[in-house]
Amino acid sequence: MSDVLLDLQQIDKIYNETSHHPVRAVKDLNLSVTQGEIVALLGSSGCGKTSTLRMIAGFEAVSSGEILIKGRPIHKLAPARRNVAMAFEGYSLYPPLTVEENIAFALKSERLSKDEIRKKVAEIAHLLEIEDILDRYPGSISGGQQQRASLARALIRNADLHLLDEPMGQLEPQLRALLRGRLKHFIKERGLTAILVTHDQTEANALADRIAVMEGGVLQQFDSPLHLKDRPANLFTGTFIGEPPMNVFPAQAETDGDDLKLNLADGVCLTYPASAFSDDLKARLLASDAFVIGVRPHAVKITAGGHPARVYANQWLGDQTHIAARFAGQTIVSVRHDRAHHAPGETIGIDVAAHDLHIFAADSGRAFSHGGALA
Amino acid sequence: MDHRSALERILRAIALTAIVVFFMFPIFWIVLMSLQTNETILRSPPSMSFVPTLKNYAAIISGELDSNAGTMSIHFMNNLLNSILLSVFSVALALLLGVPAAYAFARHKFRGSEDIAFTLLSFRFAPPLLVLLPLTLYFQALGLANTYLGLVWVYQLICLPLILWIVRGYFEDISPDIEHAYRIAGHGWFATFRKIALPLAGPGIAAAGLLAFIFAWNNFVFALVLASADKQPVTVGALAFVTASGIQYGQIAAAIVMSIAPTLLLALWAQRYLVEGLSLGAVKG
Repeated sequence: MSDVLLDLQQIDKIYNETSHHPVRAVKDLNLSVTQGEIVALLGSSGCGKTSTLRMIAGFEAVSSGEILIKGRPIHKLAPARRNVAMAFEGYSLYPPLTVEENIAFALKSERLSKDEIRKKVAEIAHLLEIEDILDRYPGSISGGQQQRASLARALIRNADLHLLDEPMGQLEPQLRALLRGRLKHFIKERGLTAILVTHDQTEANALADRIAVMEGGVLQQFDSPLHLKDRPANLFTGTFIGEPPMNVFPAQAETDGDDLKLNLADGVCLTYPASAFSDDLKARLLASDAFVIGVRPHAVKITAGGHPARVYANQWLGDQTHIAARFAGQTIVSVRHDRAHHAPGETIGIDVAAHDLHIFAADSGRAFSHGGALA
Repeated sequence: MDHRSALERILRAIALTAIVVFFMFPIFWIVLMSLQTNETILRSPPSMSFVPTLKNYAAIISGELDSNAGTMSIHFMNNLLNSILLSVFSVALALLLGVPAAYAFARHKFRGSEDIAFTLLSFRFAPPLLVLLPLTLYFQALGLANTYLGLVWVYQLICLPLILWIVRGYFEDISPDIEHAYRIAGHGWFATFRKIALPLAGPGIAAAGLLAFIFAWNNFVFALVLASADKQPVTVGALAFVTASGIQYGQIAAAIVMSIAPTLLLALWAQRYLVEGLSLGAVKG
């Protein structure tokens, strides 16, 4: 690919390498970001996403591997020479300067006239709704305002790559939703390339073209938001992506005439016509002693003739109902987009279509199949 | 706004006054003594009423010390100059070496960094006399004994650890990301140190410098052993007032007032930076 902007090759990051307790924060990470793409690094705390970002910025040395921007190795250069911009999670505004001066000092090296700088600052301040605090000092504004000032300072740069570390974590939900749209428009309109670190999947889904899901320092899957949801590569991604999380059950398979039966705990048996599964998949399922099936809550249907389950909680979220019920020794959650009046204690029927099943290996967690065909 | 009762405020005022009097009384008494002759100081019972005289100051400045047995010459002004020279150059050198070192220790965890920093601090643990004897021999061999250079060097044992450890704490309190933000905008590490780290740690550096200055100024034993009469600071020079024919209390008092004046002025001047340091709490985190 000729338009690869950033290339991470076999990156390892080990903290306290020489001590008795080395910590491997990032393990053998390979990631390519194309020009004009927004990529989100998504994961829980300590998954290595921020370490990765700081290695790209140059604040952490890579323990091994290479980082290339436009084909040029940059992992040994000083941060100043990498031509990347960064918005910090901790805002890191310079206290003796006003917000405007803080934003403008990022432009110092670009040799613009005072008028041009003022124009660019005004534009970005308008975008992020911070025009009214430009002459204030960082100590006298709120965390959310500081965060937007910090974001403005990164976006105003004309850099090869923009690194955004939890850029909207401190904002109120309404403002966050508003700025998400503006931020995406701004980045796309200018053809910027951005890497966003977040633990908020809504933010990652809304902004990113591709999402890199990380856990335990290992890249689990790097794919579009749509594929992450429909074709999770393993059990971790399957359960991590999606709200509420995927329902998972240990299962075993057997054939019964023209049917394929999936036996869950507590004697629950899901029966499907064998033709719903490809021959390869059937062979694979019958050959393995145990696997895990996953069903998204949106795909769990409540029908009169379904497998019986006892409701224990019913949550109406204003636009959808989450119904939790005891099923196959566990809790199954079903999401409906209408108001469903199933009271706790009531017995409902649960049904899951074959094309909504995700099947994972029990030991490695790797995905066997999505919707009846091999992954 | 004030919810305290009148009684509470009065008690507070009394307590504050008591504290101020307790700490300020010796200085106040010395100032009074410096304006009296030996006779009025030593009369019994002591009295607050006397005719102030500047004779003691005149004697100190001219170097002609009157005593019961006659006149003797002292070099107090020379001692004062020595104190200023030694303290100023010692603190300047310690700042020059200590501030970059403190920055390095605060920002870069390299192999053995903690050990080096602790070793530097441990200079303060050793009893000075224990160090002095071998040091005197070495200094004589090197030709550093009784030189300003040698004294300023030895004074680093006092100033450097102090500045290093205080300033290091201030640097550690500055979020590294403030510096990172400056560096990623296209500035090198030295520009970041000069433009971001130094100004933000400024109040801390001022406080550490002031403290080091006071310690250097009050040092006695290094100068006593390593310097001869013409290089001695006031702390050692003050010994001259204890004469065979008696102790000249008035002149000692005048000498004390003159020797605490420079540090006092420096502290008053540095105070505004120290206060600024307190209001800079927003930098943290």
